[in-house]
Amino acid sequence: MIDREILLEKMKTSPYKPMQGKIIGSEMLTDKEKIFRIELEDKINLAHEPGQFVMVSIFGFGEAPISVCSSPSDKGYFEITVRNVGVLTDKLHKLDKGDIVGIRGPFGKGFPVDNMFGYDIMIVAGGLGIVPLRSLIRYIMFHRNDFGNVQMLLGCKTPRELLFEVETKDWMRRAEIKFNCTVDTGAPDWKGNVGLITTLIPNVDINPMRTYVVVVGPPIMYKFVIVKLLEKKIPDHQIIVSLERRMKCGLGKCGHCQIEGMYVCQSGPVFNYAQLKNFKGECHEKAI
Amino acid sequence: MKYASLKKTNLNNWLEYLKKKAKFYAPRKKENLFVFRPVKDVADICLEYIPTILPPKKYYFPQKERLLRFRAQPFKTAKAIDKFEEFILFGVHTCDIAGIQCMDVVFRDGPEDPNYLNRKDMMTIIGIECLKYCDKYANCASMGNHIPRGGYDLMMVDIGDEFIIHINSEKGEKLVKEVDFIKEATESEMVTLGRIREEKNEIFKEEFYASLPKVYESFDKSFVSEVWKDLGKKCVGCGNCTAVCPTCYCFDVSDEMELNLNDGLRYRIWNSCQMDDFAKVAGGEDFRKGRESRQRHRYYRKFKYPVDKFNRYFCTGCGRCTRTCMAGISLIDTVNALTPVSID
Repeated sequence: MIDREILLEKMKTSPYKPMQGKIIGSEMLTDKEKIFRIELEDKINLAHEPGQFVMVSIFGFGEAPISVCSSPSDKGYFEITVRNVGVLTDKLHKLDKGDIVGIRGPFGKGFPVDNMFGYDIMIVAGGLGIVPLRSLIRYIMFHRNDFGNVQMLLGCKTPRELLFEVETKDWMRRAEIKFNCTVDTGAPDWKGNVGLITTLIPNVDINPMRTYVVVVGPPIMYKFVIVKLLEKKIPDHQIIVSLERRMKCGLGKCGHCQIEGMYVCQSGPVFNYAQLKNFKGECHEKAI
Repeated sequence: MKYASLKKTNLNNWLEYLKKKAKFYAPRKKENLFVFRPVKDVADICLEYIPTILPPKKYYFPQKERLLRFRAQPFKTAKAIDKFEEFILFGVHTCDIAGIQCMDVVFRDGPEDPNYLNRKDMMTIIGIECLKYCDKYANCASMGNHIPRGGYDLMMVDIGDEFIIHINSEKGEKLVKEVDFIKEATESEMVTLGRIREEKNEIFKEEFYASLPKVYESFDKSFVSEVWKDLGKKCVGCGNCTAVCPTCYCFDVSDEMELNLNDGLRYRIWNSCQMDDFAKVAGGEDFRKGRESRQRHRYYRKFKYPVDKFNRYFCTGCGRCTRTCMAGISLIDTVNALTPVSID
């Protein structure tokens, strides 16, 4: 059986039962974010799509949805990056190489990479949004010649919070990714832009019909970024977003992640703007 | 045999028989209200009852249900329940049976939920048809749930000195055939049943001003409405309405450790979209802020979203949410406020 089938079979017999995930490496990326490299039991591949998520559990502390930040082309393991914000994530931060966590998934719909083949790609990442986007970027890097021009706009609060800095520089050097970065508040040694990410969009050089724009960031960012993208005449279904919601099951049952009638854990977390714009008022990410 | 007949004088004999067959739950009085309880003495069973405080969902979707048994170190985990127990729900109203059908649809929809489905396989439902309104809070006629529409093994109708029992499954047929005092219904009994159903048509009238398709239409147009603002002002956010609803199934998952802090159980526990942290994420963003939008969500989960997804209304008309609301929010009034008479 291929890995995906093994995972589906496990899910069917007991969808709430996590697999064993062994941490085979970890590193603090900033004061608050830590990356973990995880190997599943029997070394099966997670076989995820870029943009999908897993439910990570530590028995006694609970379970939470976490984006996979490695690409399916990274075989034998997968990676997650976690910000320390609560009881479970605090406990997770105390774990290191050799420790075991529970993994369920992968869940949801990832980025529509097949549809994106042959298109130019613009990635807009705000704050932690770079984490799920890393799975896509690594995927694009692996299949670089399947895509057109790739550019990336990155924004965060301060230079200290930039994630994957070394990796980002490497992407730029190796594969002609145009890269533009901005911070809300600069620092003495910061030479880049200062200002909101929306200020970068009007000046980008893109052919709207040939470009997929993938936006991931905090809810407030989407509204403003999407307005700018629509001004640039990017078609609705070529604006791709990934949404964060509270989730308890990942199976479209528990109700926490619902946006109106839609379960984000099953129908998302990745949506295109054509899907989003029909929501009447419960989608905070909709353009105003 | 499709219809059987049970003399009322033999009811207790049958109940004694059923009680021995499997775990047996039936309605009984609790202070001035009613509850489903395991039956010790068949004399406690009360078949003339208004909808119980909690619907029988507490038996097929328990308030606190074990999902997993686990050991933190060394990492080990297994399903908490391997085998479910046979049980009989006796005297279930048609509105609550409609509720069970709704839950079936949800938990069967992929990815399936084996906990629910395996437990449900062990359930036998014996319904009883209402011949008059329980009280003014019910809207079962508008929802079309005042008459049996499947979803049961046996359905009893009181025709005077006898109950006519509609046999709707093999499992049900066995429970009727194994006792000698239940006979096939006679032609004259069937005539009486027909007459009672006709009389019932005069008693049960649609409770909403508008027909159901019009109600759906109005929900489609009323996402922004003063009605929700009013509800938001009244609602105290207690979550009673969702706890007592036969089609509310939202849950939380949480772990409980034993004293050794290594072994434990993972549970799923009823949760409510009316709780203020229900849609809040770790970063602090609350995606359904305010009681107004949470109440609206509850109504849309009955009259709009499941209709789009499953072609099924998730209001059964049992009236529990209205009956239990501390703030006096009425489902019938709310729906009527959304559907002015003029649109019908």
